[in-house]
Amino acid sequence: MTVSMVKALNDGLRQALTDDPKVLLMGEDIGRLGGVFRVTDGLRKDFGDLRVVDTPLGEAGIVGAAVGLAMRGYRPVCELQFDGFVYPAANQIITQLAKLRHRSAGRISLPVVIRIPYGGGIGSIEHHSESPETYFAHTAGLKVVTCSTPHDAFHMIQQAVADDDPVIFLEPKRHYWTRGEIDPSSPQPLDRAVVRREGTDVTLIAYGPTVPVALEAAEAAAEEGRSVEVVDLRSLSPWDITTVRASVHRTGRAVVVHEAAHSHGFGAEVAARLQDEEFHFLEAPVVRVTGYDTPYPPSRLESDWLPGVDRILNAIDRSLSY
Amino acid sequence: MAPTEPAPPETSPFDPPIQLLDPSGKLNPDDRLPLDLATVDLAALHRDMTLTRRLDTEAIALQRQGELGLWPSLRGQEAAQVGAAHALRRQDMVFPTYREHGVAWCRGLDPVSLLGLFRGTTLGGWDPYAQHFSLYTLVIGAQTLHAVGYAMGLHRDDSTGTGDPDRDTAVLAFLGDGALSEGETNEAFVWAAAQNLPVVFFCQNNQWAISAPYSVQSRIPAARRAAGYGFPGIRVDGNDVLACLAATRQALHRARSGGGPTLIEAVTYRVNAHTTADDATRYRPAAETEDWAARDPLERLEAHLRSTGAVTDDHFTDLEQRERDLAGQLRAGCRELAEPDPASPFEHTYAQLPADLRQQLREHLEFVSTGPQDGERQ
Repeated sequence: MTVSMVKALNDGLRQALTDDPKVLLMGEDIGRLGGVFRVTDGLRKDFGDLRVVDTPLGEAGIVGAAVGLAMRGYRPVCELQFDGFVYPAANQIITQLAKLRHRSAGRISLPVVIRIPYGGGIGSIEHHSESPETYFAHTAGLKVVTCSTPHDAFHMIQQAVADDDPVIFLEPKRHYWTRGEIDPSSPQPLDRAVVRREGTDVTLIAYGPTVPVALEAAEAAAEEGRSVEVVDLRSLSPWDITTVRASVHRTGRAVVVHEAAHSHGFGAEVAARLQDEEFHFLEAPVVRVTGYDTPYPPSRLESDWLPGVDRILNAIDRSLSY
Repeated sequence: MAPTEPAPPETSPFDPPIQLLDPSGKLNPDDRLPLDLATVDLAALHRDMTLTRRLDTEAIALQRQGELGLWPSLRGQEAAQVGAAHALRRQDMVFPTYREHGVAWCRGLDPVSLLGLFRGTTLGGWDPYAQHFSLYTLVIGAQTLHAVGYAMGLHRDDSTGTGDPDRDTAVLAFLGDGALSEGETNEAFVWAAAQNLPVVFFCQNNQWAISAPYSVQSRIPAARRAAGYGFPGIRVDGNDVLACLAATRQALHRARSGGGPTLIEAVTYRVNAHTTADDATRYRPAAETEDWAARDPLERLEAHLRSTGAVTDDHFTDLEQRERDLAGQLRAGCRELAEPDPASPFEHTYAQLPADLRQQLREHLEFVSTGPQDGERQ
């Protein structure tokens, strides 16, 4: 049976709430309404308003209060309603949540999950389509993960809740209603990349919302006789260079795909590490297919602005013709 | 009237704060803030204020000698801090700023542990759970939200309103006048009010946020803001240890009983510069500092004790010896603070060391262990 990513997240959160009485959810409109994307639908009814908390409208408050709750022994799962609304909470995330384990020499443990619907492609208004992952991946003390399938959504949200470090949990909102199977018995470790499609000519490295696009591009490339391997990073901090290296070691070519802006993006990190550690095995420079170095455009422009199949195929051509 | 002009004096909302002990040391009971003196250990208050001041004086000296990189002095705020701290029960949780040395002292922290942050040997320095005293917070106002979250936890743990004095718990969050302008403090007040949380916000209005006088932050007394959020605010003389004790006791009792939050404004004065790196003569007149020096909180309590004979001469003699012992402990302890292990930043960034960070640690330790080579710059 297939379920949507929203349902998979809902089931995962329900399981986390059932497994551990210290888990609680908090965020704007997550209780009565069930969240603007309905990820928490029905949970307040079943677990009560002390465990599924409709908060005041204040993102710093959500994360700051989560820090205090965690210090009291709770495991808060915060929902920040949209990617563009995480910034009012940035101070609490960066100066407090990420730092207190370090400052306290390990005495303070903050098992806080911050769920953020992110990315574009849904025809939304401004501040509702952003990709803020590298701000957090660049902050020591945070883990940053992102799911691309309902199966991963179900397992990764539970793994994030069980993790003793703060986890930024990025949900690709344009795939919220994509359906897929969940195998309840086979979760991958949270910090492990997975090969989504095997291939021999070039490695496509993607995460979150660009994984389905990369798979589509790989399928199109196959029709032209090119064998493309697709790696889904899943975790950006820490990130699984080992799996990526093994793939690039075989193919000799790498193309990184993300929606976030080009310069200083996660692709730069991937390219730097590959040239450092796989230099002698690279047949071509690492190519990036990304959003541009502009604010996110009006939605009428987003389909060409976002990395799509054609731009990825062009990048594959560029890599293979080097 | 231009919006930046202060209100004219005749319409000023700055009523005198509640005072139980006047500057001459005379008791003036006030119906608004009852205090049963039989429940007050005056000698202990005086002892802790005296030793707090000595701790502060010694830390300043250590900074001047190059042993500390920086020190934020609390001089002038001993009554506010010691008064508030004496209202705490063991299980109550404190969220301090970076200047609550007097509260730390009263909570029973090793005073030497306060120096590490300012010496550069640690970013924390103590176990926040051992004495229920969280780490110092340097980002202004950030701790008010942690206090709110902790109070949400207390509410969920059924740790308020049970009537059991060992179970009912409150949170005491410290903030300064500058923090009143931070958005996070506003959010903390909103959350505490809406959820009726067991948290007391203790604002030491010491008149200056580095170089910004209180008039830059507000046109009304801090305590009056509470009404706008929907909980009580009380304005007390922050140089009167009894008023600070009474107000905090009342507010903590209310919080532990399930009555919700309170904002206390303790009107006091930062006698020294913001920190040892600051020069207060650049922005405030000497006359103001002298005026406040005449309202010294420690002299006030001492005058009361001597005039009423509430303590014997032995109290003062013994205290002098304790001061000397504390000074010696701080001087020796500061220099003996262990140098941090170069591996420690790596070890505590995550619960478990990620593989990439393990590799960085290995490289760093190899670099450190090699030491400077001949001919290399040191």
